[in-house]
Amino acid sequence: MSRIAKRFSDLAAQGRGALIPYLEAYDPDRETSLALLRAMPAAGADLIEIGMPFSDPSADGPVIQAAALRGLKAGATLAGVLGMVQAFREGDTQTPVILMGYVNPVESYGYERFCADAVAAGVDGVILVDLPPEEADVMEAPAQAAGLDIIRLVAPTSTVERLSYVLSHASGFVYYVSIAGITGTRTASAGDLRAAIPRVRAATTLPVAVGFGVRTPEQAAQAASIADGAVVASALLQTLAGTLDEQGRATDRTLPSVLEQIGALATAVRAAGRQTA
Amino acid sequence: MANPMEQQKAALTNSSLRHEPDGRGHFGGRYGGRFVAETLMPLILELETAYAQAKADPAFQRELDYYLKDYVGRPSPLWLARRMTEKLGGAKIYLKREELNHTGSHKLNNVMGQILLARRMGRTRIVAETGAGQHGVATATVCALFGLKCVVYMGATDVERQKPNVFRMRLLGAEVVPVTAGAGTLKDAMNEAMRDWVANVADTYMLIGTVAGPSPYPAMVRDFQSVIGTEVKAQMHEAEGRLPDVVVAAIGGGSNAMGIFHPFLDDTSVRLIGVEAAGHGLDSGKTAASIERGRPGVLHGNRTYLLQNADGQIEEAHSISAGLDYPGVGPEHAWLNDIGRAEYVGATDTEALEAFQFCTGLEGIIPALESAHAVAYAMKLAPTLPADSLMVVNLSGRGDKDIFTVAEHLGVEL
Repeated sequence: MSRIAKRFSDLAAQGRGALIPYLEAYDPDRETSLALLRAMPAAGADLIEIGMPFSDPSADGPVIQAAALRGLKAGATLAGVLGMVQAFREGDTQTPVILMGYVNPVESYGYERFCADAVAAGVDGVILVDLPPEEADVMEAPAQAAGLDIIRLVAPTSTVERLSYVLSHASGFVYYVSIAGITGTRTASAGDLRAAIPRVRAATTLPVAVGFGVRTPEQAAQAASIADGAVVASALLQTLAGTLDEQGRATDRTLPSVLEQIGALATAVRAAGRQTA
Repeated sequence: MANPMEQQKAALTNSSLRHEPDGRGHFGGRYGGRFVAETLMPLILELETAYAQAKADPAFQRELDYYLKDYVGRPSPLWLARRMTEKLGGAKIYLKREELNHTGSHKLNNVMGQILLARRMGRTRIVAETGAGQHGVATATVCALFGLKCVVYMGATDVERQKPNVFRMRLLGAEVVPVTAGAGTLKDAMNEAMRDWVANVADTYMLIGTVAGPSPYPAMVRDFQSVIGTEVKAQMHEAEGRLPDVVVAAIGGGSNAMGIFHPFLDDTSVRLIGVEAAGHGLDSGKTAASIERGRPGVLHGNRTYLLQNADGQIEEAHSISAGLDYPGVGPEHAWLNDIGRAEYVGATDTEALEAFQFCTGLEGIIPALESAHAVAYAMKLAPTLPADSLMVVNLSGRGDKDIFTVAEHLGVEL
């Protein structure tokens, strides 16, 4: 069983959903983001999503755009991101790690080489926002050969036919984009999620995580209890950005602030348990 | 298919270079495609169906023809540039006068087609990206004409260097949103327009101004711009009784070039030359020549030649001309380059400035800085060709919008 499948199944047995915090690699520098990554599991992260910085993140809102730019300025490369995961794995062999980004840096690196190197570094799954199933043949065979999950996004705009098509190409878990929009902007209501998640479940047996617009402990608890997990990204990156000094460097408040927020999110997610669908 | 006539017809069609992309929206099996977030996929597919239906509907074509004739002002003339021809010595130079279209460029050809499609689809809000502002002005114009809400994203740098167009768009009732991300040019405006579309899928139509973006945009924009080449073919036949020998057009995203090239793709005697913006020079590191100095990658929904670093991060383009300041190019051009059907060359900022003055002084036609790149290459090529050869240069836009930029480069204070 993969680390992702095992983690979701263990949490289901505990009767709760997963908290999936996000960090942007090299934001604001390699050392700080690696320290944050290493401290996330103890703060309450059940799975971790790492953003691979890209110059043109066209599905992301201003907060993730700024984080990606800080990461690139600090020298992030795809090889560097994989190196971070490898360093993380020296101390943690249990927490699933998912990389999220855009297709061009991966195409540039080479699909086969990327899948092999990612798995060797300890990556469990990858989300490429702008690689729909129609174009994914370049990635699917090498990912399968390497044992890397391709996590698929589905959206409120996905029709029933589209859901079953997209999810026939999914592995690991399903990422439900809860709003038609970019990251870190609007938030879906509990009612929206209660209506949407069963539609997704009807098309897949994989666990479903909710992202885009999940900001507060209450929202995370709600999303993780209706679905199987909640991804929190922009809210954490915003906190991180707020602790940087005038030159954009990390301060002694950076790690504690972000970790404290993850702690609060985890507490709420754990207390909420699961709603039976 | 037993009928030999039909078989022959099918064989001819298959060998034609004038064809649709494959089912995945690819040209030559590689370029193009639909690389967009899942939220947009249903919309892209809906657009594809709606466009296919419109294209097959004679009523749609009649409606478009009506607006092209009486509102855009087509056909545009094919002008024999006698003084340029004499001065350069060599090929006989004709200028395709796209700058005479309403709004001053070829952009309205495509915008007119897409706005009629958006209306058929019941969309009420239009978003567009713009570089020089020509596409933005064309979009704002048709939105005024049809009473639709219009939001134009424009890089902050471009807002600064294209002030007259910004003011025109606002007069036309459009909301112009300056984009400060990145270098504040066309690429960043495109990112922001896509973000707007993702966030407003219910009522919004994204009106892309060039032959790039996810399928079906590259082929659809090409179809709407092909009126340029179709007219040139007929006009040249009337003027000279034969095909031209060379067709030259400037390339940023490549819509005016694709429009004039496409009807000639199967006429293999016609040389097709796309002139990219070389900026400070092809090897200066400050260039917008995506085909000559880029490599294939994925950006803004399609796979094509891109200016990018070794790690796949997109680089900033550089050109004196805001309309060519883009690190990519339409996917059909990428394919035409690879199969060798079209040639792609560069003209620098300095060469474009010289051509701008040359054309203005000799023909009394002020070309857009974008179009001046095509004129610049024509100036190099024409003297090397025999006097009985025929060259067409696509004068895609007029240069009134550029006089401030040109004055600044010439050290003149206005």
